[in-house]
Amino acid sequence: MSLDIIEVKQIESPRELTFHIFRHNPADETSEISIQRYNIEETYAMTLFIALNEIRETQDPSLQFDFVCRAGICGSCAMLINGTPSLACRTLTKDLPSDIYLAPLPGFELIGDLSVNTGKWMRGMSERLETWIHRQEEAINLSDIEEKMEPKLAEDIYELERCIECGCCISACGTAQMRPDFIGGVGINQIARYKLDPRDQRTDQDYYRVIGDDNGVFGCMTLLGCEDVCPKDLPLAQQIAYIRKQMALVNVN
Amino acid sequence: MKIIQTDALVIGGGLAGLRTAIGIKRRGFEVIVLSLVPPKRSHSSAAQGGMQASLGNSVKGKGDNEDLHFLDTVKGSDWGADQQVVRMFVDTAPKAIRELAAWGVPWNRVEKGDLHSVIDGKQVTLQETEQAHGLITARNFGGTQKWRTCYVADGTGHSMLYTMSNEAIANDIPVHERMEAISLIHDGERCSGAIVRNLMTGELIAYVAKSTCIASGGFGRIYQSSTNAVINEGIGAAIALETGVAELGNMEAVQFHPTGIFPAGILVTEGCRGDGGLLLDANLHRFMPDYEPEKKELASRDVVARWMETHIAKGFGVKSRFGEHLWLDIRLLGEEHINTKLREVKEICQYFLGIDPVKELIPVRPAQHYSMGGIRTNYTGQSPTLSGLFSVGEAACWDMHGFNRLGGNSVAETVVGGMIVGDYMADYLDSSEGNINISTALIEQFYKKEQAKLLQFFDENNTENAFAIKKEMQEIMTKNVAIFRNETQLAQAVEQLKQLNQRANLIKVTSKAKGANPELVTAYRIQKMLKLSLCVALGALQRKESRGAHCREDFPLRDDEKWLSRTLASWQKETDLLPTLHYEALDVQQMELPPNWRGYGAKDRIEHPDTPARQSDVDDIKTSFENNGDGQSLQEQLMPYKHLLPENLRGHNARLPEKD
Repeated sequence: MSLDIIEVKQIESPRELTFHIFRHNPADETSEISIQRYNIEETYAMTLFIALNEIRETQDPSLQFDFVCRAGICGSCAMLINGTPSLACRTLTKDLPSDIYLAPLPGFELIGDLSVNTGKWMRGMSERLETWIHRQEEAINLSDIEEKMEPKLAEDIYELERCIECGCCISACGTAQMRPDFIGGVGINQIARYKLDPRDQRTDQDYYRVIGDDNGVFGCMTLLGCEDVCPKDLPLAQQIAYIRKQMALVNVN
Repeated sequence: MKIIQTDALVIGGGLAGLRTAIGIKRRGFEVIVLSLVPPKRSHSSAAQGGMQASLGNSVKGKGDNEDLHFLDTVKGSDWGADQQVVRMFVDTAPKAIRELAAWGVPWNRVEKGDLHSVIDGKQVTLQETEQAHGLITARNFGGTQKWRTCYVADGTGHSMLYTMSNEAIANDIPVHERMEAISLIHDGERCSGAIVRNLMTGELIAYVAKSTCIASGGFGRIYQSSTNAVINEGIGAAIALETGVAELGNMEAVQFHPTGIFPAGILVTEGCRGDGGLLLDANLHRFMPDYEPEKKELASRDVVARWMETHIAKGFGVKSRFGEHLWLDIRLLGEEHINTKLREVKEICQYFLGIDPVKELIPVRPAQHYSMGGIRTNYTGQSPTLSGLFSVGEAACWDMHGFNRLGGNSVAETVVGGMIVGDYMADYLDSSEGNINISTALIEQFYKKEQAKLLQFFDENNTENAFAIKKEMQEIMTKNVAIFRNETQLAQAVEQLKQLNQRANLIKVTSKAKGANPELVTAYRIQKMLKLSLCVALGALQRKESRGAHCREDFPLRDDEKWLSRTLASWQKETDLLPTLHYEALDVQQMELPPNWRGYGAKDRIEHPDTPARQSDVDDIKTSFENNGDGQSLQEQLMPYKHLLPENLRGHNARLPEKD
């Protein structure tokens, strides 16, 4: 272990960063799409969260973007960073060239500038795929000892539940660009999560009903941009392949 | 004027708000949830470490029960909590966790056989029983006698929030996203909804509701360094305060978490220490045992945070260009444990610090973390002064945390509170009180007032900058109203905040952009945040004692004689420059656990005159019941509370038999 990891080097001659930011405000009928440039001086450990707030506070108070947790946990701040969908809050400027191009995530309704309506899209996906535990009995006896579950199975379910619905996989997906109703990596992963969970009493037939078409698992062209950009490193390719196979078997049987 | 009407309006789409809404909906009422952000992005998702519930499944949780959870919570609160509410909470926590288990949260489970663990810096191997295999397990957290904190790796809040949000969707509950309540509609006695601003279009809408519940979380962002999400600005509590009728309780009770990463202030979970992580100083010396020989790193958060700051002040901090910090060492937990049970921590270290906590030390320093104070409610969640207004979760003060909250009790409170308050709101709607008789003139009056207030910001004669005022406020709070407090600094803070509050009337919004207008958002929020800051600072100035997280250098003792009370703040007239404070005494004669030493932290205190008599009463009652063993009637004698719970939550919590 080296103790000098925090012995931070002063940035001797700080870089001047040039941000090229997509601007459009649909709430204003006179607004036209443009790319606006802002220059700021780089500071130590600067994230895009820090940089964008500095721009808003000192240069352009009308700039719209979304941050909530600013810790890579909540999935609010996904955007195109030099062309790649990623979480802005945990992107350090030192890992980027001095020209930084930011654009809203494609595939979602634009609210303004870098802010997109992933919430509406995700709620729609949840309603369509019914992303909740389907129980036979409605009433749960809250006083009873909980049902047992194998420790490994609980961990495996959590592996798939780590998705933060940031939307990166949709914006990196070829099919989603062509088919606006395609459920993408995020949706297929949800089905994999519930299918793995014995508490959900749905059958493969039930799952087939919601994803057994070209807007579901059969729309995937296996380009796997989703897995490349997933900020939580979810095993999307594996889950898509697994669900596709399972759904194909439903049809055979 | 657009009006939307509903039975219940829930302001806040985090765990507390969603669980409340589910409860109301299941009782057959119409409910709308308003959320600043898509609900799955709420700050609940940042709760990493876990949820306290006394299941007692794991070997280190054996023998746990509601009584121990009660004792720990009251001691944690430094006797500031309402003990009946704590009893309601500890009874319901196991039910909440079992409900969530049925709804889909993949709680980590007990695995029979060897359990490799780190306790007090040493590797140990424990034995989990066959009988407990597959039941929900727990980890250690600060201020608890048993391992009671149930968890899902270190994404507990994430899993709970996704499950809850999905359950809300299953129950067909509409969530109006990116909507902000900026004022409550009321006639001085009865709350009947809110004026709401659409954060996408800028449109104002009146939501008229028979009952309104504020579940908007804490107000950590009045501080500069906070673990809170950027949306935790306390606007829900502020609009309650601005009614002039509803009151805020114990606003000076603000928690600082020991392990914010330095300097960003992002949280790394208490689970790091619970699982065996250590705090080290510049000499790599483990210093907590020097101060707290018994609980060491696992005393309550207020105590650990104070010792850390004390140790830095003594010159043992690690120096860096951003100031001084200490180290958190989790290397001894091993790679496998960190990669599975602490993976969020690992990711945060990688992305924000560029270090690998498997091999390297994590720089940490206490950062603002939690608001014990909030909208004062009774045990049903309703404001005692404004009918029809409810509050739940961190936004509320019903008051189970007193002056310090235990780790793992907050996510537990959100769900427990939601179960209880949701039911009581449905009762309210069911009763004759539930009906409102509201004129459109009153709605319009509130609507127009907000409209005018927003327009005011565009006045050409205004001079102040909203972002600058916000920065100044955060600096004042962090400098003068933080972990250690004294008369001089607090008086200065109150004065400065008062001036800032005046200046905030002259904020000029330069951006005329239609739609969301983030500058306008900052402008109207900062006026509200300043009012909350004044409640915190003035409350801290007036409270001349040290209790829980409120620590006065000039009044170092807990003073039960003078200050065993809850601070209540109101903002009576709009033109007032300061909040009005008064105090609600806590009755020692009614306490199941009379005031005493917490078992960690300062031992000296000024006793309440009633304490010895109450203690001997309690002892006598316990002795006389010792032989007949009827726990329920003992409780009735000591402090009855079951009748306060909704009927469906009164059942006895089943556990594994203690002997195998």
